[in-house]
Amino acid sequence: MRREVPLFITLIVGVVFVLQYFIPHYPFNRMNGWFSDWFSIVAAFAIWLGALNLLKISFMKIINRKSDWFYALVIILSFGLMVTVGFAGGEAYREPGTVFSWLYDHVYTPLSATMFAILAFFVASASYRAFRARNLEASLLLGAAFFVMLGRVPIGDWLTSFLPEGYRLPQLATWIMNFPQTAGQRAIMIGIALGLVSTSLRIILGIERSHLGSE
Amino acid sequence: MSTRMKELLTVAVIAVVSVILYLGKVQGWMTGFSFSPTVSYIVIAIITLALLYILYRTIQGKLVDRRTVFVFVAVGVSLPFFMSISQKMPISPEVQQLYEAVAELPPGSKVLVSFDYDPPSAPELQPMAQAFLQYAMRHDLKLIIMGLWPQGPQQANMALEVALADPEIVAKNLEYGVDYVNMGFQVGNEFVIQRMGSDFKSMFPTDYSGHPYEELPLLKNIRNFSNIDFSFNLSAGYPGTQEWVQVAVDRYGLKMGAGNTAVQAPMIYPFLNAGQLNGLLGGMNGAAEFERTVGLLGKGTRFMLSQSFAHVIVIAFILIGNVAFFLGDRKKNQ
Repeated sequence: MRREVPLFITLIVGVVFVLQYFIPHYPFNRMNGWFSDWFSIVAAFAIWLGALNLLKISFMKIINRKSDWFYALVIILSFGLMVTVGFAGGEAYREPGTVFSWLYDHVYTPLSATMFAILAFFVASASYRAFRARNLEASLLLGAAFFVMLGRVPIGDWLTSFLPEGYRLPQLATWIMNFPQTAGQRAIMIGIALGLVSTSLRIILGIERSHLGSE
Repeated sequence: MSTRMKELLTVAVIAVVSVILYLGKVQGWMTGFSFSPTVSYIVIAIITLALLYILYRTIQGKLVDRRTVFVFVAVGVSLPFFMSISQKMPISPEVQQLYEAVAELPPGSKVLVSFDYDPPSAPELQPMAQAFLQYAMRHDLKLIIMGLWPQGPQQANMALEVALADPEIVAKNLEYGVDYVNMGFQVGNEFVIQRMGSDFKSMFPTDYSGHPYEELPLLKNIRNFSNIDFSFNLSAGYPGTQEWVQVAVDRYGLKMGAGNTAVQAPMIYPFLNAGQLNGLLGGMNGAAEFERTVGLLGKGTRFMLSQSFAHVIVIAFILIGNVAFFLGDRKKNQ
């Protein structure tokens, strides 16, 4: 039963979602509403599951004194602080001027932005060490990157300002983005869509069961 | 000096600089500080010469350490904040298209703005959000704000705070619930969009602050997407523009424009070219172009010089790396 019930639910929900797209009338529209609401409820529980899992892993790291256990302690303390401040703030805990809002604006936001900003350094370093014109494909990629990176910033327009309008770097970058890039993206998207359709069908029909875990 | 000591020293220097910059911002003595154009050009010349020196050393067979690359990126990104050089910025067709789509909306049109991003993407998306909200409020468009990312509505509040401080908007005496409303976050990704297509209220029974749907005059006649005149999606990944296009645009016919991070924008171009999107702002460049188009210069425009420098430095190092690669190859062949 542990496997049959989820398989049955998957079959019903999957078939209804496919049908409601083509027949948006009673009873499929009503069922679509129910299942969408249920999805939101299940997803809300998943947030709790994720939070509790993070706490469990962090506590285990501290108890077992694993490497970098100190950072696990920071996670738990930060988590506790935000939850406490949030609950203490009542219903309007996120309004501008509250402690929660201050922590979000002045601690969480700059820290998150810093983590993301570090990418700029790694991208520059990795490009310097690995972005080589080894063969034709890599050279094409390098050329496209060169023109798009320069064409997407004002300096690209300044560097080619002597050229007639339409032949400058920004226009070349736009052309690369609109044609070769879009063609490649479309091919990838169609491939992904076909893969998704076949995987979804396998899951709906119960052929693919790996998401249910082992027996 | 041991490696640990060097690391601690680096962290200490960064901390001291950060505190100085923060105090400068809070107390106001950093505001308005900038190099004169002459000093700015001298700084640019020094950086260019340093890059040429690295190229010369590379040709001699001496490769630079990756820490040198880091220093150049740090200098290239931070120094332009203090430079006073104006840049000419051509407006790309996708930004112009978004502007035209928004500009043709009559006053009172209901615009749905979805904030589907979090602070890491804020440097690129927040300037777009601020410019869009400010422009919409100045032109009497009614804003319904929401988020499919938990941090989205908080980012919306930050953008609203800036927009509502604009003297032209202050003079309008805009009222929460009548002229704009923040519906908050709803969990469920594309299912939220799908449900909103048939019943808006079922996904947002209350707003961000807990006011019931019925008590918000702006939402009085809004049942589903057919009551929305235009939608603007700010997205940094999943769920985001792709899901909005697939569900809200394709299925329910919602008219929509989008603002994406530079990393995500290339994935959105197929939707733009197929006519499913009415304009696209890609990365900080898109934000800066939009600011320029609507005449509200903000952070996007201010940060473009840094972006230009960063791009040029990365390209320079790619070229230097390739020079080293070809010279190494030639030596091997000899």
